[in-house]
Amino acid sequence: MTTATDIAEAQLKMPVQREPNVERRLLHRMLKPLFGTPVNAIVTLACLWILWLGVKGAYGWLVTRAVTEGGAQACKVGHGACWPFYEAKLRFMIFGVYPYDEHWRVALAMILFLGAMGITMIPRFWNRNLLVLWGVTIVTTAILISGGVFGLSYVPTTQWSGLPLSFLLSAVGLAFGFPLGVVLALARSSKLPAIRVIAIVFIEVIRGVPLISILFMASVMLPLFMPSGMTVDKLLRAQIAIIIFAAAYIAEAIRGGLQAIPRGQHEASSAMGLHYWQAMRLVVLPQALKIAIPPLVNISIGFFQDTTLVTIIGLLDFLSTVRTAMTDPNWVGIAALEGYVFAAVVFLVFSYGMGAYSRFLERHMRLGYD
Amino acid sequence: MRADASSGTSLLYNLRFRAVLYQVLAVGSIVLVGLYLFSNVSQKLAEQNIATGFGYLSREAGFVISQSLIDYKPTDTYGRAILVGIVNTVWVSVWSVALATLIGLFVGIARLSRNPLLAFLAFLHVEALRNVPLLLYLFLWYALIVTGLPAVREAWEILPHVFLSNSGLTVPSLIWTSAHTIVLLALILGGILGIFVRRRAIAERIRTGQAQVTWPLVALALLLPPVLAALVVQPDLTLSIPEKGRFRLTGGSQLTPEFTALLVGLALSASAGIAEIVRSGILSVHKGQREAARALGLRDGLTMRLVVLPQALRVIIPPLTSSYLSLFKNSSLAIAIGYPDLVMVSNTTMNQTGQAIEGIAIFMLVYLGLSIMISLFMNWYNSRVALKER
Repeated sequence: MTTATDIAEAQLKMPVQREPNVERRLLHRMLKPLFGTPVNAIVTLACLWILWLGVKGAYGWLVTRAVTEGGAQACKVGHGACWPFYEAKLRFMIFGVYPYDEHWRVALAMILFLGAMGITMIPRFWNRNLLVLWGVTIVTTAILISGGVFGLSYVPTTQWSGLPLSFLLSAVGLAFGFPLGVVLALARSSKLPAIRVIAIVFIEVIRGVPLISILFMASVMLPLFMPSGMTVDKLLRAQIAIIIFAAAYIAEAIRGGLQAIPRGQHEASSAMGLHYWQAMRLVVLPQALKIAIPPLVNISIGFFQDTTLVTIIGLLDFLSTVRTAMTDPNWVGIAALEGYVFAAVVFLVFSYGMGAYSRFLERHMRLGYD
Repeated sequence: MRADASSGTSLLYNLRFRAVLYQVLAVGSIVLVGLYLFSNVSQKLAEQNIATGFGYLSREAGFVISQSLIDYKPTDTYGRAILVGIVNTVWVSVWSVALATLIGLFVGIARLSRNPLLAFLAFLHVEALRNVPLLLYLFLWYALIVTGLPAVREAWEILPHVFLSNSGLTVPSLIWTSAHTIVLLALILGGILGIFVRRRAIAERIRTGQAQVTWPLVALALLLPPVLAALVVQPDLTLSIPEKGRFRLTGGSQLTPEFTALLVGLALSASAGIAEIVRSGILSVHKGQREAARALGLRDGLTMRLVVLPQALRVIIPPLTSSYLSLFKNSSLAIAIGYPDLVMVSNTTMNQTGQAIEGIAIFMLVYLGLSIMISLFMNWYNSRVALKER
């Protein structure tokens, strides 16, 4: 009679079959998803061909066909990237019409700002000290950019331009849009019908029309709404439009967070004797905002890109200075793509970085809940 | 409660009274600010001698619109010009939505492909488009078309009678008459009839449990109206064929560089978002569903069509709606490259008449109205595919 032990012993005695050719199997496993079936093989070959075309085109444009020396005339003859254009125009593309000798001020302000951003992005530093950090950063960057004190010459807002302006518009837009968004989100989930209706109408109207129409409204209509004799700075007008636009979208992200808080939390705070504002400030909002962080980061990425629209109402943001550089009489028609490629790379780096951060944050917060 | 009602001081501590007070304060302050702004505006307008009201809509516009689907000439009214803008906006949005959905569906499925190379290319597509502003891409596509493509004289003939040059894509076209419109309407009628007949057939099959061959009936319902209509009205089928002249292409119909750049820009950048939506939708369908379908003996295609997609659609539709809406709103960037959409026509109108408030009011209302219509339609569709809890 064979028992389970017999079988086990027999198996032990059996000669161990060595895997035939481990290396070949590994290769097989790697190639199978690429060439497993005829259709897959064709797809792979087509992909390789597209990649090859892309790499060849990019390498040819950037390196082999590129014009590295000479001026505009050399570039006019060549068919590749025009490096002299970058040499001549890089500072203008980044800093725009900000006074040339004062560029160090905006550069320093940008470094301070990005440094503060970097610190803010690390969850370990999320505490009250951040408010101090941002207070200092905002005052310093404002003094650096605007001047007029400490022997720094005054620079009017009409000369604020380039990449710093794009950062400024999106950062200030989000910074002021955020509290407004919180208020709107609370109003929209309020029990008081009139307040809820006002919030719904505001949010839905802003979200229902394109940003460009709100920018138009701010640049064309806002001056009409001001009392006679009072003028509002053009930059400020665009900034107000961006704040309003940001607030409506931020409000929706926060509302998502608010809806995720179970009713028991509201009821428990009432039971403890907290009134509405206490309950919101101490119990509901801290949880809701934490849930809303990932969508808020995505909104920020979108807004950084959307600030390019101020080009259309004539502000000199980054995209606009790049276009101005390309239409410089010395370079017009010669560097038709170079500027856009540079701007695209800058946007790609910042947006992709923020996107990667957003994914990190989502993972981090999921871990935090377990 | 009685104590609250009797003493005046504790009225402030009455929750219901407070609720009313807050609302009255909110509405009142909005009304006051509104009145203040209105008085400022009327004073300013009177000072600057700007007319008000929508009377200008019936005055002669006097400007040229480079392309329009409906008849328009400079002697037409401002109202007509704005209508041309609306039609152009809708036209480019509809084509972009269709193109973006196709590309997005393909790229979204490609990102889930088991072929790592294809998945990587799809990833590149999404990231490159998502992280660079649409406006920059519009400028870039426009610059590529205008400077990268040959002049009309050296236009590339990419297919027989299809020319690509820096003044756009020229293709053979029908000379559209009212007879064609009638056939088109009949075709739509046939489509509706076909759907109706098919529905009846399915209902019949479910009721009796007998499978019957019904596709000839469906095909008949689909084709009969247009064929009949074509026989009755006899549409002219000769094509207008573009010919290369010395300086320009004559005949055919043309996709202008502005339209093409806008179409490509809108469709590509929306396709990146749609691809991500499709991907997450398909991922949301549990693996067990696919395995169960295989166990029932369904082929790959049927598994996708009958089991995976209907469930994925529930997850896909709501975000897809907002992505269509933002594409539609983004079409307003047309003004940057000179495609005469609603915003651009309104802008010209505002510059000529000085009536900025009315101009902006019109285009905001149109966008708002069309946005609401799109979301109503998509909500209706969503309620059809949504999970019906029993």
